[in-house]
Amino acid sequence: MTALVEAQGIHLRLGGRVVLEDVSLRLEAGRIVTLIGPNGAGKTSLVRVLLGLLKPTAGRVVRKPGLRVGYVPQRLAVDATLPLTALGFLRLAGADPARCRRSLARVGVDGLADRPLAALSGGELQRALLARALLRRPELLVLDEPDQGLDLPGRRALHQLLAELRDELGCAVLLVSHDLHLVMAATDLVLCLNRHLCCSGTPDAVRADPAYGALFGLPYTHRHDHVHRLSGAVDRGSGDG
Amino acid sequence: MVDWAFLAPALAAGLGVALVAGPLGTFVVWRRMAYFGDTLAHSALLGIAAASAFSLAPGLAVASVCLAIAVGLLVLQQRAGLAADTLLGILSHSALALGLIAVWLVPGARLHLEGVLFGDLLAVGAREAVTVWLVGLAVLALLAYLWRPLLSLTVDQDLARVEGIPVGPVKTVYLLTLALVIAIAMRVVGVLLITALLVIPAATARRLARSPEAMAVQASLVGMAAVALGLALAWTVDLPAGPAVVVAAAALFLLSLALPQK
Repeated sequence: MTALVEAQGIHLRLGGRVVLEDVSLRLEAGRIVTLIGPNGAGKTSLVRVLLGLLKPTAGRVVRKPGLRVGYVPQRLAVDATLPLTALGFLRLAGADPARCRRSLARVGVDGLADRPLAALSGGELQRALLARALLRRPELLVLDEPDQGLDLPGRRALHQLLAELRDELGCAVLLVSHDLHLVMAATDLVLCLNRHLCCSGTPDAVRADPAYGALFGLPYTHRHDHVHRLSGAVDRGSGDG
Repeated sequence: MVDWAFLAPALAAGLGVALVAGPLGTFVVWRRMAYFGDTLAHSALLGIAAASAFSLAPGLAVASVCLAIAVGLLVLQQRAGLAADTLLGILSHSALALGLIAVWLVPGARLHLEGVLFGDLLAVGAREAVTVWLVGLAVLALLAYLWRPLLSLTVDQDLARVEGIPVGPVKTVYLLTLALVIAIAMRVVGVLLITALLVIPAATARRLARSPEAMAVQASLVGMAAVALGLALAWTVDLPAGPAVVVAAAALFLLSLALPQK
């Protein structure tokens, strides 16, 4: 299968700090990929590199030419003085009102159409952003921590919805999350990031991987097969593994 | 008695500036760029000095200097590692001080200092009024053409970029329109008060507007009302016209606070 986005050997330094180190990954149509990792692991930076918003210090990102990306950022910095309704926000994407309303209904928030954007709650805004992303008939849907601020049933519903959308659109989904358990259910591939990719695979394979436990401080037997140096560099093939 | 032959060009120029300052000012408010507008306006003094020293057209010189400062600011913001408002505070007042010195040193420019600082609306002639409208209509056309991309990047720059909007060029054209409007607004209210004409009508319209487009149109109308009121005040009580226009705008803003927020 051809990749929608392929990253090869991404290194990123921001302000003298190593943020990403030798990250390679492929995003393919029809697959849900979840990126997990502790705070400061570089998840959002990696997403920004994949989207072309940040230039990596080294390595390259190849996107399919003309790739349509639907992006759902963590939040919007909308000034309260901007009198924009949720419907108005969707219409900025260039679609007619009827289609915008259908898109809002698809993600279950048709009641929000006439509410001011600045007055939406975190969860409502996520849905509005998702509705807007869908207007682009995305081949790749990218969501940065969409489950933040959602309660447990809310998260379950969101992951269910994303799996449905993947089936409807045949798109790839890239999800950034803190969530260790719920995410796993509806995911084809899990990537554990802590500056470098510590481990990856199906949810079951990742759960069994000691590096996954190490990453989140879960009870486990440590078989660290690499060493993190103070500079942020990683020596593979050494350590106590 | 109203001397219309004398007053008409002033009124026309003032209305023309207010018309274009409305939609442009809404973006200044939405993007929280009031201080940025001040910095550009203050740098206009350097343009005046340059125009006098090298016998250039004042409007063109002012617009060029403003645009150069605007682009310089964008670059500095990405590199200096200082908060935007600190950087603007440094540049705004340095530009004003440098401009005052430059105007002081250039013999011809010194004579017009008061007019440059506070505006000289009642001295506007018919030709100047026509220039204001030509530049104003050109800026309005540019804004209308760029409305959606500009609004998109105001909502979220990353989202706009992912959706394929050329963020850099759109921002640069917006700064160009800001520089042009400062160049034509200088005669009406002076460099010290230009930002007021951008920000106050837009803030007033916020109380009334239900959509971004409505807010832009209403900001124009509020600004034009302020110009008419201010000129009437200046004419009847014999006040400086520029400050009178700004005071009228501020009065309209206070009135709007009595309205329920929509």
